[in-house]
Amino acid sequence: MSSVAAEARRPVAVRRRGGSLSLGISMGYLSLIVLLPLAAVVWRSTEAGAAGFWAAVSAPQAVAALQLTVAVAFGVVAVNAVMGTAIAWVLVRDSFRGKSLVNAVIDLPFALPTIVAGLTLLALYGPRSPVGIDLAYTKLAVLLALLFVTLPFVVRTVQPVLLELDRDMEEAAASLGAGRAEVFRRIVFPNLLPAILSGSALAFARAIGEFGAVVLISGNVPFDTEVASVYIFGLIESDDLTGAAAVSVLLLAVSFAVLILIGALRRWATRHDS
Amino acid sequence: MTRVALLLSVLLVAALAAAGRAALHAADEELTLVAYSTPRETYGELVRLFAGTPAGRDVAFGESYGSSGEQSRAVVGGLPADVVAFSLAPDMTRLVDAGLVAEDWADGRHAGMVTHSVVVLVVRAGNPKRIRGWDDLVRPDVEVLTPNPFSSGGARWNVMAAYGAKREEGASHEEAVAFLEALFRNVSVQDKSARESLQTFAGGKGDVLIAYENEAILARDKGEPLEYVLPERTILIENPVAVTAESEHRAKAEAFVRFLRSAPAQRVFADAGYRPVLRSVAREAAFETPAGLFTIEDVGGWDEVQERFFDRETGIMADVQRRIGESR
Repeated sequence: MSSVAAEARRPVAVRRRGGSLSLGISMGYLSLIVLLPLAAVVWRSTEAGAAGFWAAVSAPQAVAALQLTVAVAFGVVAVNAVMGTAIAWVLVRDSFRGKSLVNAVIDLPFALPTIVAGLTLLALYGPRSPVGIDLAYTKLAVLLALLFVTLPFVVRTVQPVLLELDRDMEEAAASLGAGRAEVFRRIVFPNLLPAILSGSALAFARAIGEFGAVVLISGNVPFDTEVASVYIFGLIESDDLTGAAAVSVLLLAVSFAVLILIGALRRWATRHDS
Repeated sequence: MTRVALLLSVLLVAALAAAGRAALHAADEELTLVAYSTPRETYGELVRLFAGTPAGRDVAFGESYGSSGEQSRAVVGGLPADVVAFSLAPDMTRLVDAGLVAEDWADGRHAGMVTHSVVVLVVRAGNPKRIRGWDDLVRPDVEVLTPNPFSSGGARWNVMAAYGAKREEGASHEEAVAFLEALFRNVSVQDKSARESLQTFAGGKGDVLIAYENEAILARDKGEPLEYVLPERTILIENPVAVTAESEHRAKAEAFVRFLRSAPAQRVFADAGYRPVLRSVAREAAFETPAGLFTIEDVGGWDEVQERFFDRETGIMADVQRRIGESR
């Protein structure tokens, strides 16, 4: 992830020619692990023809599930972009007892099997909540579960950029009379923006496809709290593999479009940074 | 550098292939049981018991458990299996259609089944909402849980139990479907499997859980503060088992299935809360038989029910969910 940020800070990449063997291996591997399976999903989704594809993705229940999924994913991005940056800031700029512990804890949502994450959240924020907060089986619960599993993305992309950020610039700005807010707005934030966008893009893509963390806590009521991945699971269980592939392809398309959009934003932000 | 890496990876692949072949060779000697996950502990015990019988000596077992539909699809997808056990017949039909189980699997004395159960209404200890039967589930003050019938094959038993109970009472098809709609309006959580639904209920959500009797018995025996109501009219759940057509250990696999239907094995099932298919053990176990017990055949049989109720686009339940969704 830090390589994404590093690349953003070095717009002119040094390209070497040669290494066709390593290129071949990389591409072969990429094809086997990513491209081929994706192509298979797309291929499968077309099995019922264009009309079948359309019927699958325009079924009212599918539309409701997709709307909820995309809306919540944008919510996740909004919250994580702010809170992830804040956490990264605290981890880099502040010193406090147990900081290295907190730093290690950030990645745990990645290590926890997502179904366990769902179960844990349910125990904490469900009907028997020991802290008196019952969010289970609501749209808010979906948001909560996705916030949990996507937290590390923004923190881990922003952190290395903050570490490398030249503090002389901030001090210079301060000595010229800029307030703390102005220094952040005009010096720090523009430098962090590409990394925030990268992290947000990853968080979005993950939120769109997440299944395990959501399936227990959402309640899965069609037209209400059922997300796209759970809807797709239902299609598979009903032996409608083509329909499942069609809805998946639409999810992929949405993710892809948002990733490209955020990528373009990031390049724009990088240009304005230098 | 790259050549060393290449050489290493070639060696690694060769090593993996050799290990894979060794594992496959070991598997030659054993029966693979692919089953749905609810009776997991029970099958574990039965496998041990089978080893103590003359037919079961020297038979090793590989066991795979998962949701019934997933297991069935996995076998169609190539998961090797000698014996398959599912929670409902359509998962077996899928294997018949794929040529993996003989067409006549349901012939014979127990019609291909190994255990029975019934659909019951699980309530909180003391039955605070005074649930007596299906009609109570559509009361405005009652919150109902059931797994989603589209993601849980087993939940289809629940839907057909409610529908069939109404029909047995003399309701028309339309009235029974209207009842299903009223019932699902009261459903607040539709988990993806029966087991998860039970966990949600145990976690404090809902007033009534529609579930299988064996699951209710298991939960109660584990000390969950719940009890269950046997409705006057409900459906008989039938769980199929079969030997696969391409089993390389057919004689042993058939011996195991015969063992599953023998008195000692049926007693183990009965102790775990299942209704035995073997009459003599069923009499010993003394499960209460509801007056209005009906079977899936009484509501049209699985082939008809699957298409009429559970087709994703045109099925009656798809319509019901859609109408409820539109009014939300």
